[in-house]
Amino acid sequence: MSDSHATAVDTAESHPQLRHHFANMEQQKNTASLGMWLFLVTEIMFFGGLFCAYLIYRLMHFNAFAAASQQLDIKWGAFNTAVLLVSSVTVVLAVRAAQDGNRKQLVGYLVITVLLGLTFLGVKAIEYKEKFEKHHVPGPTFAFTNTFDDNGKQIPVNPKEAELFFSLYFAMTGMHALHMIIGCGLFSVLAVLAWKGHYSPGYYTPIENAGLYWHLVDIIWIYLFPLLYLISRHS
Amino acid sequence: MATTVIPAQPISRPTNYLTNGFTLKSWLLTTDHKRIAILYLISVTLFFFLGGFFAMLIRLELLTPQGDLMHADSYNKVFTAHGMIMVFFFLIPVVPAILGNFLVPLMIGAKDLAFPRINLLSWYLYIVAGGIMIHVLLNGGVDTGWTLYSPFSTQFSNTNVIEAGIAIFIVGFSSIFTGLNFIVTVHRMRAPGLTWSRLPLFIWAQYATSLIMILGTPVIAITTVMLAVERLFHLGIFDPKLGGDPLLFQHLFWFYSHPAVYIMILPSMGVISELITCFSHKRVFGYKIVALSSIAIAVIGFLVWAHHMFVTGISLYAALIFSFITFFVGVPSAIKVFNWTATLYRGSISFATPMLYAFGFIGLFTIGGLTGLFLASLGVDVHVTDTYFVVSHFHYVMVGGVVMGYLGGMHFWWPKISGRMYPEGWAKLSALFVFVGFNLTFFPQFVLGYVGMPRRYWQYPPEFQVLNVLSTAGASVLAVGYLLPMVYFAWSLRYGPIAGPNPWNAAGLEWKTASPPPTFNFDETPVVTWEAYNYDEIEPKLEDGGIR
Repeated sequence: MSDSHATAVDTAESHPQLRHHFANMEQQKNTASLGMWLFLVTEIMFFGGLFCAYLIYRLMHFNAFAAASQQLDIKWGAFNTAVLLVSSVTVVLAVRAAQDGNRKQLVGYLVITVLLGLTFLGVKAIEYKEKFEKHHVPGPTFAFTNTFDDNGKQIPVNPKEAELFFSLYFAMTGMHALHMIIGCGLFSVLAVLAWKGHYSPGYYTPIENAGLYWHLVDIIWIYLFPLLYLISRHS
Repeated sequence: MATTVIPAQPISRPTNYLTNGFTLKSWLLTTDHKRIAILYLISVTLFFFLGGFFAMLIRLELLTPQGDLMHADSYNKVFTAHGMIMVFFFLIPVVPAILGNFLVPLMIGAKDLAFPRINLLSWYLYIVAGGIMIHVLLNGGVDTGWTLYSPFSTQFSNTNVIEAGIAIFIVGFSSIFTGLNFIVTVHRMRAPGLTWSRLPLFIWAQYATSLIMILGTPVIAITTVMLAVERLFHLGIFDPKLGGDPLLFQHLFWFYSHPAVYIMILPSMGVISELITCFSHKRVFGYKIVALSSIAIAVIGFLVWAHHMFVTGISLYAALIFSFITFFVGVPSAIKVFNWTATLYRGSISFATPMLYAFGFIGLFTIGGLTGLFLASLGVDVHVTDTYFVVSHFHYVMVGGVVMGYLGGMHFWWPKISGRMYPEGWAKLSALFVFVGFNLTFFPQFVLGYVGMPRRYWQYPPEFQVLNVLSTAGASVLAVGYLLPMVYFAWSLRYGPIAGPNPWNAAGLEWKTASPPPTFNFDETPVVTWEAYNYDEIEPKLEDGGIR
């Protein structure tokens, strides 16, 4: 095993968490980890469809997308990006605590991660509420008036195309938020199990795999933030 | 009836996966890959006959030129039901979820798949999705065709499109979990000594299939999500009035649904590789190239989707490139056909039922594949797009290919699954019914399409009637050919001769354990020291009743 944290326990053939069809803990761990990576691949393909639609329509309706993009609150977006990045750090620290067998730290970092995730979702809720108030939610009440760029020049915009931007905005951030909710639930369960002492330096695969999932959700946001909030600002 | 049963086997026989628990719970909560395969066998078979029922309705309607059995609206719903059930609930899961589930761990000397509980979850997802699909059908069905093209599906159809989309979404995750499980299993669970170059070709085929499953299926999932939200909230993703583009739907749809064709055919190709080598008692010709051709099909298959869209107004240059790549994806398929044929050369061939299906597969798949090249040519495609030529082409691949491979595999591994032999005479008869019925059903459709009969119409000009009557007659013969195995497989469960561990004298780890296998497959983990298909080291069996 290449991992520097390998201990004698890793190759044990009688660990209580060893399932019947594996020869040893190392095989079990490698198997679970490969499964998780493949699952992340499916997640990338899943979001890929949305990214593909976004990129195509951004090219087709550039002005409208640029104008609509300026209606997003860059400060909240940046704040949320920072929150997620910090949460990725706390996840890594949680995995590290699990490797060291430090139960209190492990539970602590998992709880902090959940709290950061909830912060993100809270900010997202504030942003969504703003969209409702400004009639930027697609549907019969949607309204979009011509806007001005940073130099005060008017941008002519077809409201239907701006509506398409917001459709994609809600679809993409909504799908991302759903993954955040799942992640928060996952870490809450893991925190309880960790508190009960389920994990040890010889068995912490669930923490590591949930961490991988969290990093992927984080990375998706790292792409969503510039695509939705930033790249139209300086066109 | 049950009171007069004479114990079919000695009580002292060691327990196998079938006798390891008899309660309903021991089946519904099992994590044994072999039992899950049986669960899939039962449920997929039910959906096959449900889809077949709708096929019969189509053929009955087309018996006469007038629309006399049903209205145009009902006809739309019937062919949609046929397509959705057959594609998503039969063709995609049939070989991976039944034979693959049963055989992948056995063939690589593992105790189970890597994630047994996820495997069970995948069956439950299939059942939930199937339940939703049946609910849709009972509540009036869907009239969009299985392709769900926008803007009809998003704006105009008044049927349960969203619910059908949910069913497709869920059954997609069932197939993602199967694919993920297989890839991880092949990587991590192989027995000592079983290197990649010693893997059975069935495993290579399942591996390639699984790659498509995990890379393609998420895209159809997100596409159905977009379709559903567009219908629910009137977003404009695919609506040109709102700035969207209906062609984007087709691109996303076929990005999955074309590779999905290879999800269907690749596992059957894997089955055929096993059958051809076993019944010509010879190592497969060009093992490595056959193995890699599976991977090549999986990769190139992702780059051809727009050949479904040649007449939609995509750019000529895009069409040219997609046409070229479509010809290119024919190469690895042709390699397989040539290598199977070369394997036969100087083999000691026996004509047991599985081999008959293998021969049927090679012939019919070749016709289906070559007509695919007709369709890949831009000019011909314009002439026959949306005609019965296309219908016939993909049925030659799907029914003549996939189902033939599946039935061949079921006969081949039935002794392993059940421990009993099926009745050879009846099996040969039913193989004959399937072959004759199939050709009678679908060959006339090539002609019909070429002379201009469009697909998805419930009426047609009277001059097309003779060919349509032939087709319907063929479908009836085919139905008999499909029902017979149901009967004699069930019969053989009790009355078939005991098979023994290796009735075919076949190579491969699955034949080195008992039939039916014990719960953990092998009494001790096998160590592989031989190459795949080492038939030169195995004595041929002479008393198998086959013709030499």
